[in-house]
Amino acid sequence: MDIKLNLQNISKAVNGKLLLNHVSFAVPEGRIVAIIGPSGAGKSTLLSLINRLQDPTGGAIYLDGTNIQTLDVFALRRRVGMVFQQPALFPGTVASNIAFGPHLSGHELTRPVAEFLREVGLAEEFAKRDASRLSGGEQQRVALARALANNPEVLLLDEPTSALDLGAAHQVEDLITQVCKHHGLTAMWVSHDLEQAQRVSDRTVLMVSGRKIEEGNTASFFAQPKTEIAQAFLAGEIGVSKLQGE
Amino acid sequence: MTDLSLIFSVSFIFIAMVISYWQNLKLEKDLAIGAVRAFVQLTAVGYVLKFIFDLAKWQYVIPMVVVMILVAGRNAARRGEGLPGAFVLVTLSIALAEFVTMTMLVSLNIIPFTPRYVIPLSGMIIGNAMVASGLALNRLRSEISSRRAEILSALALGATSRQATEPALKAAVKAGMIPTIDAMKTVGLVQLPGMMTGQIIAGANPIEAVKYQILVQFMLSASVGITSMLVCLLAYRQFFTRAHQLRSF
Ligand SMILES: Nc1ncnc2c1ncn2[C@@H]1O[C@H](COP(=O)(O)OP(=O)(O)O)[C@@H](O)[C@H]1O
Ligand SMILES: [Mg+2]
Repeated sequence: MDIKLNLQNISKAVNGKLLLNHVSFAVPEGRIVAIIGPSGAGKSTLLSLINRLQDPTGGAIYLDGTNIQTLDVFALRRRVGMVFQQPALFPGTVASNIAFGPHLSGHELTRPVAEFLREVGLAEEFAKRDASRLSGGEQQRVALARALANNPEVLLLDEPTSALDLGAAHQVEDLITQVCKHHGLTAMWVSHDLEQAQRVSDRTVLMVSGRKIEEGNTASFFAQPKTEIAQAFLAGEIGVSKLQGE
Repeated sequence: MTDLSLIFSVSFIFIAMVISYWQNLKLEKDLAIGAVRAFVQLTAVGYVLKFIFDLAKWQYVIPMVVVMILVAGRNAARRGEGLPGAFVLVTLSIALAEFVTMTMLVSLNIIPFTPRYVIPLSGMIIGNAMVASGLALNRLRSEISSRRAEILSALALGATSRQATEPALKAAVKAGMIPTIDAMKTVGLVQLPGMMTGQIIAGANPIEAVKYQILVQFMLSASVGITSMLVCLLAYRQFFTRAHQLRSF
């Protein structure tokens, strides 16, 4: 199994505060890695380093064996798509949102808009709809289609279903896993929902207070966590307050 | 106007003070300071202008205009507090607006290059450019913060910082220009501009005064357009790193 992403000794300090503390792990190609941990653990910060929305203050990240600092930042971001908790669609039609990425680099869509819509479970007539008038679930589907339009190899998912109601959350979750399988995408999926993490991921990384506490095969991590902190976290005994005392 | 009637005009300040005292607005001190400053500043400027006009030499125009630009830049840069280089970019933008507008006025022979014309018109150009750049800068900052999620999404899709801030830039440039455009639409109907009022009271032919007012109004739309656009194009870069990353302020 090839390593798609390799994080080596990643640290991130902001204003003297250490948000990430020597984090290392690898993501195998075509697999989904769940990043779990209490709020404020540094999960979002970690994701934002992978497509260089921020840079680490220490360590290096490799994509297909190449240090991402040596890649053209726009090329990197096209190869690494991102879906946030909030869809943050652009003003305009659904079609213009989907074509945004390719148009930036002066390209046309590789496939018709209707095909991207079908892929995220939306009817063709959505193309002309005003993006701001869709439901939360529909908006998140468009956000996914918008990311897919760049033909990414990696998807960064920052709690993509957290803002949705239960029904829509399940649908979007299924949709993302299907899309990843279908395109053989490698994904890092931040989730605060432990059951979701178990359903969607091949591997799991537990972060607490900016540190990687434990990682492993998802099934065995949840069945038999090795560290005391992981056991306490899975038992629901670690809240934000306890962490800040550290 | 006699000096005695100017002294009587102090009673207007007393009316404002009485209102402030009565309504407990606590503006009495500000009113007193404002009144004294207005008197001292305007009197000083009056004598400086008289001195320069009497010399009627263009060499005296430039230092005066430079001082006006620096004061305006310092004032407008306050709207961009915390933004690195705000003073420099605001001052540059105001200076360019003044330069372009004045060059056109003089080279098209609309006005002669003498202190009597250049200084008051520069005052209007620079003053309006100052307000416009302050508004644009303030709006740019609030747009970038309220559109943060949208900007991050655009960057994540491969947009340059310029492409990602396009909607924020548009809104900010508009915010700088709109007061001048609105003023152009209502001028004469809602208010008579101060300059025209002054000219007419001082005895000028109203038709002549109107001609200058039309010139001023058109000239200001160019100068606020130049400043607003330039301020935004220079300022948005400060919100990003060279790797097109949105800074957190
Ligand atoms: N730019 C920043 N400056 C200072 N602190 C930050 C910044 N970004 C995030 N943080 C802090 O870093 C910690 C980790 O944040 P985040 O990565 O969002 O955590 P998570 O996604 O796991 O909830 C939090 O305590 C947050 O307040
Ligand atoms: Mg987060």
